[in-house]
Amino acid sequence: MSTPVGGPHPAMPTYLGMPAFPAAAAVAVADSQLRANLAHATRTIRAKRAGAVAELGDWEELRAAGKAIKDHTLAHLDHYLLRLEENVTRAGGRVHWAQDATEANAIVAGLVRAAGTDRVVKVKSMATQEIGLNEALAAEGITVLETDLAELIVQLGHDRPSHILVPAIHKNRAEIREIFLREMPDAPAGLTDDPRALAAAARAHLRQAFLSAQVGISGANFAIAETGSLVVVESEGNGRMCVTLPETLISVVGIEKVLPSWRDLEVFLALLPRSSTAERMNPYTSIWTGVTPGDGPREFHLVLVDNGRTSALADGTGRQALRCIRCSACLNVCPVYERTGGHAYGSPYPGPIGAIISPLLRGIGSPADASLPFASTLCGACYQVCPVAINIPEALVHLRAKVVDAKREKIISPERTMFGVSGRVLRSPRLLAGAQRGAWLGGRLVARSGRIRRLPRPLSAWTDTRDAPAPPRESFRAWWARTRGTR
Amino acid sequence: MGADQGHAVTAAPGDARDQILARIRAATGADGHASPAEKVDEAYAALARGYVSSHHDPATCDIVDLFAERAADYRAVVERVPPADLAFAIARVLAARATAQLGPFVVPDGLPAQWLAGVPAAVQLASDTPPLSAAELDTMAGVVTGCAVAIAETGTIILDHGPGSSGQGRRALTLVPDFHLAVVLAAQVAADLPDGFARLNPARPHTLISGPSATSDIELIRVEGVHGPRQLHVLLVSPEVETAP
Repeated sequence: MSTPVGGPHPAMPTYLGMPAFPAAAAVAVADSQLRANLAHATRTIRAKRAGAVAELGDWEELRAAGKAIKDHTLAHLDHYLLRLEENVTRAGGRVHWAQDATEANAIVAGLVRAAGTDRVVKVKSMATQEIGLNEALAAEGITVLETDLAELIVQLGHDRPSHILVPAIHKNRAEIREIFLREMPDAPAGLTDDPRALAAAARAHLRQAFLSAQVGISGANFAIAETGSLVVVESEGNGRMCVTLPETLISVVGIEKVLPSWRDLEVFLALLPRSSTAERMNPYTSIWTGVTPGDGPREFHLVLVDNGRTSALADGTGRQALRCIRCSACLNVCPVYERTGGHAYGSPYPGPIGAIISPLLRGIGSPADASLPFASTLCGACYQVCPVAINIPEALVHLRAKVVDAKREKIISPERTMFGVSGRVLRSPRLLAGAQRGAWLGGRLVARSGRIRRLPRPLSAWTDTRDAPAPPRESFRAWWARTRGTR
Repeated sequence: MGADQGHAVTAAPGDARDQILARIRAATGADGHASPAEKVDEAYAALARGYVSSHHDPATCDIVDLFAERAADYRAVVERVPPADLAFAIARVLAARATAQLGPFVVPDGLPAQWLAGVPAAVQLASDTPPLSAAELDTMAGVVTGCAVAIAETGTIILDHGPGSSGQGRRALTLVPDFHLAVVLAAQVAADLPDGFARLNPARPHTLISGPSATSDIELIRVEGVHGPRQLHVLLVSPEVETAP
């Protein structure tokens, strides 16, 4: 493997210089506006999703089928990618393969230049966010116009996305109005913060760009090997605009997005909308197969991107993360995400799925990536809502073990020393009894009213955020030795 | 195609493809060999699909009613009309829209002529042959189409476009104008996704439409009306409905 988990990934150039999760999270949780926005939005969507899912009595069977189809596809990924390539080509499309972000960005830049333009319209896609396509195209002098309302808010606000589905979830309506008034030259003067008015302003702002676009860029939610069809699931109609009106369409798609057959859409179009927007069906889904004379783009390019996916595929426990259909249900139920927001994860993929997918794709070489598997309480809510049953807690624990193993060879850490000493003490009844007596004496020095509230470094790492009960005068073992339970 | 520059950036064409396939085969334990196609197809056919083919049994539930209810849930305006009244209903809906918005209504090729028989002379109609430009479509008051399939469970209308589609036009026709009048025949209503998708031809482009365009991007609150048509009016044609007074 060229990029084993454990080494830094050379080409996921996003969010450079992000601090590790604990430092970033500490800043985020101090922002009370952010916490209020997130709590409001995630509470709303959690209740709605539960309702949309409860409506289907066979949700668990759909979920099992979704998992089984994805597992089967991943086990035979070479086969299905070749079938997809064959059928896209047969239908008049062209297929390009990219090993990493650099290759993918270069292919797209070449295609845009070949189309003779320096302006493209784009529909939100996680894969293009992951490879830093907008930044790479900007460096080539190509202007990318994000057309999804939330992406537009993020782009105009010189901000970063913080949610897979709703990238501007961290902004409330008043903040969005301010961004529009400041950054959108054609925003109506009397713009209010009514979401309806804000959506109308975005519609007017993007209209001309859609009607005159030469090149559209999209991702895809699904790619059907059997037929060569691509599927884009959306709500606003900006996706339809981008995949229909331009002369040239470029779709950048992760290799794990392939599904074996047309029929599989009956499963995934039941799972995805209910899990992500809590709708029975999202407003618009576009499905196209190659090029159709007289309808839509005359040129279609599919860029298949690896960028660390084959490394994740090689990881027995981590592979299940490639089943992800980017619904974001796990973000909305996560107690950690609800408090820190998406930026703290230092990756386009935030929340529980991000905490496993980022280290799987990029490796655990950077402090930020090595910290992500620990950004969880392991409560398991993410696993419960996942429409393709990704056991995120299991993958988190597996990745934690990798992070610890990678550190084992390095310098002795206070944590390791402490665990080493603890191990020796716990193995010896005599040492344990001594330690318990010592703890009681020590506790007496620092405890107030039975609680330990503040300890010196490095033990302050614990007491900075929580109290500890003072150790009791007599341990259970000492009491048992003295009384044999008779009192 | 003008696409060769795309490949020029890679050191050797096909190199990335071979590398990725080799890494996949190493990761999946295929020892550098592709799995035999028949074996893969066999394994795929054996996958468990324990889910129901329809969440509402067409034998005990009126799926046409269900479609009407579910499409209306997404703020589409849904009217049920008997076949004899369809032309009248289309004329009424277009005339009402024409008072709110100037411009002609685009009519795709293949739309049954009798559907438009009642449209008053004051309501302008436009043909898409020769094809209208995107800018011209933007001046239309709306569009009238049929559909390929509707899904009752989700309140979804599916258009199939391209050659041979009946009265649905190319994709841009139902995208750029701000008002979409869709005619759905009772026989086109499938109970659920499995039946609906089995009726489609994957070679064609498709658009699945569930209500007017919408967004939940601001505070996760659903707002209807963004880039796609802001109004979706559905005429559901079914014989059981009595003529409206």
